[in-house]
Amino acid sequence: MTVTEVPTSAGGNPIGFGRMLRKEDARFLRGQGHYIDDMDMPGMLHGAILRSPVAHAYIKSIDTSAAEAHPKVKAVITGATLETLGLAWVPTLSYDTAAVLATDKVRFQGQEVAFVIAEDKYSARDALELIDVEYEILPPVVDAKKALDPGAPVIRTDKEGKTDNHIFDWEAGDEAKCDAAFAKADVIVSQDMLYPRVHPSPMETCGAVALMDKVTGQLTIWCTSQAPHAHRTIYALVAGLPEQKIRVVTNDIGGGFGNKVGIYSGYVLAIVGSIVTGKPVKWVEDRSEHLMSTAFARDYHMHGEIAATKEGKILGVRVNVLADHGCFNGTAQPTKFPAGFFHIFTGSYDYEAAHCKVTGVYTNKAPGGVAYACSFRITEAVYLVERLVDCLADEMKIDPAQLRLQNLLRAEQFPYTTPTGWEYDSGNYGPTLLEAMRIAGYDELRAEQRGRRERRAAGDTSEPLMGIGLSFFTEGVGAGPRKHMDILGLGMADGAELRVHPTGKAQLRLSCISQGQGHQTTFAQIVAQELGIPPEDVEVIQGDTDNTPFGLGTYGSRSTPVSGGAAAIVARRVRDKARVVAAAALECSPDDLEWKLGRWQVKGDPEKGKTIQEIAMLSHSSLELPDGVEGHLDGTCVYNPPNLTYPFGAYICVTDVDPGTGEVKVRRFIAVDDCGPRINPMIVEGQVHGGLADGVGMALMQVIAFDEEGNNLGGSFMDYLLPTSMECPSWELGETITPSPHHPLGVKGVGESATVGSPPAVVNSVLDAIQVRHADMPLTPAQVWRAMQGNPFRTDLAIT
Amino acid sequence: MQIPPPFEYERATSIDHAIALLDRLGPEARLVAGGHSLLPMMKLRLARPEHLIDINDLDMAYVRVEGGEIRIGAMTRHRELLESAVAAEHYAIFGEAERVIADPIVRNRGTVGGSLCQADPSEDLSAVMSALGATVVLRSKNGERTVAAREFHLGPYETAVQPGEIVTEIRVPIRNRTGSAYQKVERRAGDWAIAASGVFVSLDAGTISDCGIGLTAVGVEHFCAPAAEDALRGQAPTEANIVAAAQLAADASNPSSDQRGPADYKRHLANELTARALRRAIARAQGGS
Repeated sequence: MTVTEVPTSAGGNPIGFGRMLRKEDARFLRGQGHYIDDMDMPGMLHGAILRSPVAHAYIKSIDTSAAEAHPKVKAVITGATLETLGLAWVPTLSYDTAAVLATDKVRFQGQEVAFVIAEDKYSARDALELIDVEYEILPPVVDAKKALDPGAPVIRTDKEGKTDNHIFDWEAGDEAKCDAAFAKADVIVSQDMLYPRVHPSPMETCGAVALMDKVTGQLTIWCTSQAPHAHRTIYALVAGLPEQKIRVVTNDIGGGFGNKVGIYSGYVLAIVGSIVTGKPVKWVEDRSEHLMSTAFARDYHMHGEIAATKEGKILGVRVNVLADHGCFNGTAQPTKFPAGFFHIFTGSYDYEAAHCKVTGVYTNKAPGGVAYACSFRITEAVYLVERLVDCLADEMKIDPAQLRLQNLLRAEQFPYTTPTGWEYDSGNYGPTLLEAMRIAGYDELRAEQRGRRERRAAGDTSEPLMGIGLSFFTEGVGAGPRKHMDILGLGMADGAELRVHPTGKAQLRLSCISQGQGHQTTFAQIVAQELGIPPEDVEVIQGDTDNTPFGLGTYGSRSTPVSGGAAAIVARRVRDKARVVAAAALECSPDDLEWKLGRWQVKGDPEKGKTIQEIAMLSHSSLELPDGVEGHLDGTCVYNPPNLTYPFGAYICVTDVDPGTGEVKVRRFIAVDDCGPRINPMIVEGQVHGGLADGVGMALMQVIAFDEEGNNLGGSFMDYLLPTSMECPSWELGETITPSPHHPLGVKGVGESATVGSPPAVVNSVLDAIQVRHADMPLTPAQVWRAMQGNPFRTDLAIT
Repeated sequence: MQIPPPFEYERATSIDHAIALLDRLGPEARLVAGGHSLLPMMKLRLARPEHLIDINDLDMAYVRVEGGEIRIGAMTRHRELLESAVAAEHYAIFGEAERVIADPIVRNRGTVGGSLCQADPSEDLSAVMSALGATVVLRSKNGERTVAAREFHLGPYETAVQPGEIVTEIRVPIRNRTGSAYQKVERRAGDWAIAASGVFVSLDAGTISDCGIGLTAVGVEHFCAPAAEDALRGQAPTEANIVAAAQLAADASNPSSDQRGPADYKRHLANELTARALRRAIARAQGGS
């Protein structure tokens, strides 16, 4: 697809693809965003959750009498209350069950135990301290590697007959074929690596306001949901409420990153609270509650192996994973894939065979596992293979760029079916890596590094160590084809509705929901591209289930691949209808018309034509239309994507490491992304910037670790570190453009690419600097220094 | 948001008023200066003062030279000390330490006196003042008294401040032919120190006539390393002497392992950072940058 000049609107915006400022920013920059904690309603009550201080304990008793006696407390809800409503335990997105409030025992520090509803949030918090819970402490399962030990404490004693902490075994690929490939290899490198538990930490924590109108039976829930339609259906199924009486509304969301896909106890408790009190009930968690109880990400203990010939041709890759899912299996992913899309771990290379095996276990930690822009665990997959390739390069003393260039899939191999069954839609990998190397000045960087190493070997220790790290990633986004992908039985197709009003202004209704991605702008540009209506004349409506078509929401970089496809197709349907209307007005056959720049015009007589705005008015006018053609200019569509889209990219990270202190400075970061044509390059670049910062954070500082008692050691932003501008270099971006052959616009999702692709580049760079084969993230100064001593530590446990 | 338990609030209009309020309200009252330690602890319900006495209106923000000393008002904001030309003229350590204390938002509000009184075992200025041999001025209804910085901190979150007392000023002696430096390692900009070392070195005729070595976050008593200082005084500022003193500083440290790093690493940092700070301070004393 070639980039063509697009016309400019009166507002100075491209009528189609191109750079434009985000439509939503004028509002956000003036503090006019409307987030959950901005909600206020007459008579609104405030809820607060009492949480478990310990990781594993029987609840012997709960005394709420003092809290109930607090003059401003309206109700106190416990697990026992919920049991009477049949809501103490609810299904998770992975067909497990999870406690809304603990009944029999608590299973992680921070678990919800009771809910206080009071006249104001201060009183609600004060009353929490008046609840007396008697715990009988149990030994916790903290180390996932010990979860399956004989005699390990059984966490899920609520499950009939459960005698261990095993959740699932899952595998992909051909084990025998993989063994055969390994058998003939000259070189096999194996490596244990941990992708530690991290937390997405959006700026806004989770919250909800619920109102049950007892007169109408209407339940309205305003909440921080990345999937409002899915939430509505789940509430209907779980609570037995009539779905037509449930309205889920999501206003502005201050970041989601997959953290806000699931339904949290707080949402259910706000609903129950409103049912009990008859008033609107607000619940908004604080930062510590958010960090300790909501969806974490990763926590994959991986043992990977890679095999190659002595010439450096990679033959196969295999991996065993121990997956820590916490105390409830609450990961959000398509039903068929208990390990998400991890089996895309073959990455961007050409192999004979591959095999993976994943074992999921319960531990006394918060549930979750698929979040933080991970594309359903492609983060873990890319980290694994990109680290393994570097380990192989290190073993064989081959330049890691050269090894990658030698083994990358070639353009003529696409569409390419991977050894584990994925069909990559399009790719042209070599030029993308070469472009990154060109921007970086790769050869000059290696020369600089050699110079430094020589000077250091000669005794000059004045310069820091220098590292150059690469990663090449293939993403798989836009879940997904409904025959393969559903969540709790809900197929992952997205609806869209487009209404063009008589004056030619349009409303596009979407099932997905922006959490900062700029949907108001991107989707208006899609309609502009297809219909020639200026983007400022297109209002994008999302987040209200009463006012938008059904769809599965925004996560997994799926909005543009799925809802974007729906938006393009619905706009084309409207365009086709406009053609019929224009033909009626011009008294010609639709076949005599051609589409040009927002206008149907007569072939060979371009002076004669009607703009889309004129056609909009005609559609609503007294103009006589052909038989069977209804008036108005509206359309609907449900887009069921035929495949995922597979964006890819090549990243290079240059670091300076102080060997005396272990401090890492990211000097440069080059990111060449290929996500097909870019609807709004500015928004794409912004998403890449954010993802790169995520990657620096994960590689260098982020981890939720636990001590031996199961205490969460990352429960505040003093303990769980997010990167700041001080840790981020000025990102150097590049692009190549390989359209998706099956997407209506040729575009691929990009929201998570940089989060998926950047951590291994940073880690590879640091390890290249200190010339150590492997050390686990996060590479804090302490971990780098310890790795240099040959003694890296477990980053998921308390440092001792 | 995090929500504190109930408390009463008073706003002091003078130092004497603040002292009177402290006397009247008793031990469950706390002074609030910048509030960047106390308020988060209240929101986390780790601190539960019944009364807050706000001293932000008091005229205690200044950095000036008087009587051969630099006098720093207790309510001087971190940013004011960071930007003080008077402080920078005599001691580079002030700017170097302040630049890595928290972030600009905290530095705009947090105070020098508040930092010392919080007595966090990882606090930066405590090490700086200990290294520089500063004196802390306290006032109560009984009058004024001074306490050496090295006797001010009695342990983690514990100071020599008595009930009814308020820190009003910190005094730092001005020294000739002196260089100073601060070296800190943190996991991320704005984080507390994993370890840090701050030093001054005074030179006289090619020998070290006086020096001070302050350490934070590594479990040394009173944020200082006197044995390392003793080893340097009267010695030539050579690399061998620096290395030996840095080792003594590490020997004096007793760090605990936590998520910032294991004890062996922190002890290593006590050594490495002390050596680096000494080299830089000596270069400055010798007239380098």
